[in-house]
Amino acid sequence: MNVSAATAPDLDALPTVKLDRLPLLLVPALALVALPLIGSPSTWVTLTVAGLAMGMIIFIIASGLTLVFGLMDVLNFGHGVFITLGAYLAVSALGAMTGWTASESLFLNLLAVLPAMLLAMAVAGGVGFAFERVIIRPVYGQHLKQIMITMGGMIVGEELIKVIWGPQTIPLPLPAAFRGSLLLGEAAVEKYRLIAVVIGFCVFAAMFWALSRTKVGLLIRAGVQDREMVESLGYRIRKLFVGVFVAGSALAGLGGVMWGLYQQNVTPQMGAQVNVLIFIVIIIGGLGSVGGCFIGALLVGLLANYTGFLAPKVALFSNILLMVLILLWRPQGIYPVAKR
Amino acid sequence: MSEPLLRLEGVHTHIGAYHILHGVDLEVARGELTVLLGRNGAGKTTTLRSIMGLWRAAPGRVWFDGEDIAARATPEIAQRGIAYVPENMGIFADLTVRENMILAARGARRAEDIDSGRLDWIFGLFPAIKRFWQHPAGLLSGGQKQMLAVARAIVEPRKLLLVDEPSKGLAPAIIQNMIAAFRELKQTETTILLVEQNFNFARQLGDRVAVMDDGRIVHAGAMAELADDESLQQRLLGLSLAAHQ
Amino acid sequence: MTFNRMLSGDLPRNRILTALLIAIVAGLALAPFLFPGAKALNVAAKICIFIVLVASFDLLLGYTGIVSFAHTMFFGIGAYGVAIALTRLGPSWAAVGAGIAAALALSFGLSFLIGLFSLRVKAIFYAMITLAVASAFQTFASQLSEITGGEDGLNFKVPEMLTPGFSLAEQPFLGVSLDGKLISYYLLFAVTVALFLLMLRIVNSPFGRVLQAIRENDFRAEALGYRTVVYRTFSNVLSAGFATLAGALLALWLRYNGPDTSLSFEIMIDILLMVVIGGMGTMYGAVLGATLFIVAQNYLQDLMKFASDAAAGIPLLPDLVHPDRWLLWLGILFILSVYRFPTGIVGKLRARK
Repeated sequence: MNVSAATAPDLDALPTVKLDRLPLLLVPALALVALPLIGSPSTWVTLTVAGLAMGMIIFIIASGLTLVFGLMDVLNFGHGVFITLGAYLAVSALGAMTGWTASESLFLNLLAVLPAMLLAMAVAGGVGFAFERVIIRPVYGQHLKQIMITMGGMIVGEELIKVIWGPQTIPLPLPAAFRGSLLLGEAAVEKYRLIAVVIGFCVFAAMFWALSRTKVGLLIRAGVQDREMVESLGYRIRKLFVGVFVAGSALAGLGGVMWGLYQQNVTPQMGAQVNVLIFIVIIIGGLGSVGGCFIGALLVGLLANYTGFLAPKVALFSNILLMVLILLWRPQGIYPVAKR
Repeated sequence: MSEPLLRLEGVHTHIGAYHILHGVDLEVARGELTVLLGRNGAGKTTTLRSIMGLWRAAPGRVWFDGEDIAARATPEIAQRGIAYVPENMGIFADLTVRENMILAARGARRAEDIDSGRLDWIFGLFPAIKRFWQHPAGLLSGGQKQMLAVARAIVEPRKLLLVDEPSKGLAPAIIQNMIAAFRELKQTETTILLVEQNFNFARQLGDRVAVMDDGRIVHAGAMAELADDESLQQRLLGLSLAAHQ
Repeated sequence: MTFNRMLSGDLPRNRILTALLIAIVAGLALAPFLFPGAKALNVAAKICIFIVLVASFDLLLGYTGIVSFAHTMFFGIGAYGVAIALTRLGPSWAAVGAGIAAALALSFGLSFLIGLFSLRVKAIFYAMITLAVASAFQTFASQLSEITGGEDGLNFKVPEMLTPGFSLAEQPFLGVSLDGKLISYYLLFAVTVALFLLMLRIVNSPFGRVLQAIRENDFRAEALGYRTVVYRTFSNVLSAGFATLAGALLALWLRYNGPDTSLSFEIMIDILLMVVIGGMGTMYGAVLGATLFIVAQNYLQDLMKFASDAAAGIPLLPDLVHPDRWLLWLGILFILSVYRFPTGIVGKLRARK
């Protein structure tokens, strides 16, 4: 049976695989633009590392949210509550291990911080499971109600946190070995920030691997594009969604721990405050795109630190300006997800 | 004569306020290719989607292999051995051809898990699949995407194939390819329900035919019978075979 | 002018609802006489202001179907407009006028821009963007301390007629002294009634009906020839305008304004709760919601304090009913409202026949 002859004209031209590389240049571009504005290279290094660290933490928090939206068209305005929860759990957990955190040994510090992170992730994930079932499931497909209900969920969550831990700001000191700075040439780089960059990068790498090398990752990427078709191929995408939601909440919990350590204190409103930044990031990145979220998060983190140094009054505005500029360039975000 | 593999019994489908299917009765015999013909808007796509559970068939029953699947969820229906090739092909544009095929092979985690004999057969039917194996599916031409959509549906043996207008928008040469591929498929005793507007395409492949109009089946019988009867064609489809060459 | 025309044909359509509304209006109209004391008058004034604010939000959410978290921004612009004008230009009616005019200009401009932007983005985007913008504005306002008084806000004097020192007559009338505070209150009340009736008129006009059509199905509206963008933008601008006026009223009443008084996110949440519990898309829902919420905010807390003290000793319970945690319960009520009675109290009442 020879079918190839008639299709020969089609087969000759191999489609060119264009990788959309342009947005990858945005991050180094921003950093380079900032260098002359800041002047001193050592300050620039300090700020850049700080910006990358902040960006990584934001990425960890936002990645779950963007996947949840891309996959099931659900926007969780209450995502901030998992951040706050994670941070407060860290306070309690680290508070119980002051022996290890006070020690100068990096090993002991890690031995204290890692379980705190795991605890935050586990509890946040568990709460996420309940949140999806009780709050979100009844309002699938109704965006208006989703916005309101998830917001309501955040309010209730915040108040419950105040009930358990009290309404005041609680300090969250860094473990001893995380404090202080390293000297890279003339530039002082805070140790914790470097650690945050490393952790963030590991999370990104793990996510990237999971999405591109596993079948579940494949399902998620396909589901973000065409949910119906994935179901028609015989997969129960609902279960997948719950899994992604729980994972996203757990990551937000981890992000909360890291954010709390970054600020060195926790407040009940911290989730709501970070919420705004997260939304800006996922809009910039493109709803549903993890890669876009990564770039967006780094941009926002860098910008916040650069403007914090150069012109503190316009810090939040600068992020909104960035968002507007990107939307004018690509209305669906940096990496729009090809839907259907 | 054995029990039909698929039987719709008085199926009504409402989409929002619109009543699209008005009591559809349809039988698809095992091992045969049944064509569902009709004008635009007759309800052919709605019928396929209702079988697939994407739209709720209520009231009415959908018997598949002896079981009423009308109220089941789409993934469960698919798992019972029904493959669906939608009108818009449902290709995942950002994924590679290879990834599209892995997804379609439910048992497979990686490309190596797909039955190599079957894959070779598919490569033979649709060489484009092999050529563009590692490329994003979105870059394929319309005809190639259509082939990928069909390839996905047959990467594992299925009991029933639901195919929605595979020839739509394709160049005549590609259509010939499609016909050849479907002929080969038929030899594997796969049951196929094919929705088409192109009567010439349908005529070359169909064993049986059902004609739909306004959400109802208005004619059902052997393809040969309809193909030979021009006045019947005129009445049902408002055209003659010659005009549609 | 009959009631029907005054209410633009939008009658309450339910006996209980009508009774409640009459009670509320009467209560507000006669507040200084019925509920003596500064606190009660404050509560009444706040209810009036929030009726206007929440009704303007209902115009946007209930009638046009747009979720915007930037509403408090316009509220704040109105309040700051009057505050800054009175601080800079002295306590005169001209200053008040100037402040309101400037505030409206800014609000119209901003809401127009935001409305245009909604061209390019879907509803969810829009909600997020308004959240970001409002947040930025709040930070902005507290940082421009030379103009806005920063975190501390602005204290200022109002025109003489509205000051407590001013007195209309020597003798108190029916136990209430006829001073500037009373005049302020009735000014507030009169403006509230006027603005509310105006909004009723707007939502019951052809313009209002097109808005509702767009809310139901914007594709269809577009197909029918209505430029949805134009209508949405207009709705945005109108809603912002009314919110601005509400803000101006707030500033005049409090003789103070700061970032927390008008721009805080808590207020945005409060508005959302009021409109949902009261009933979206009804206008009367705003009246019920605002009254219920503000009365609860001020008097429920006393009840909760009582319960909290009584439960002392039991683990966790005193914290759950602690008066500061009243938002927890309202939050739960809010969630239940969205699920169980999405049409709010007004909708529930109207549904019973």
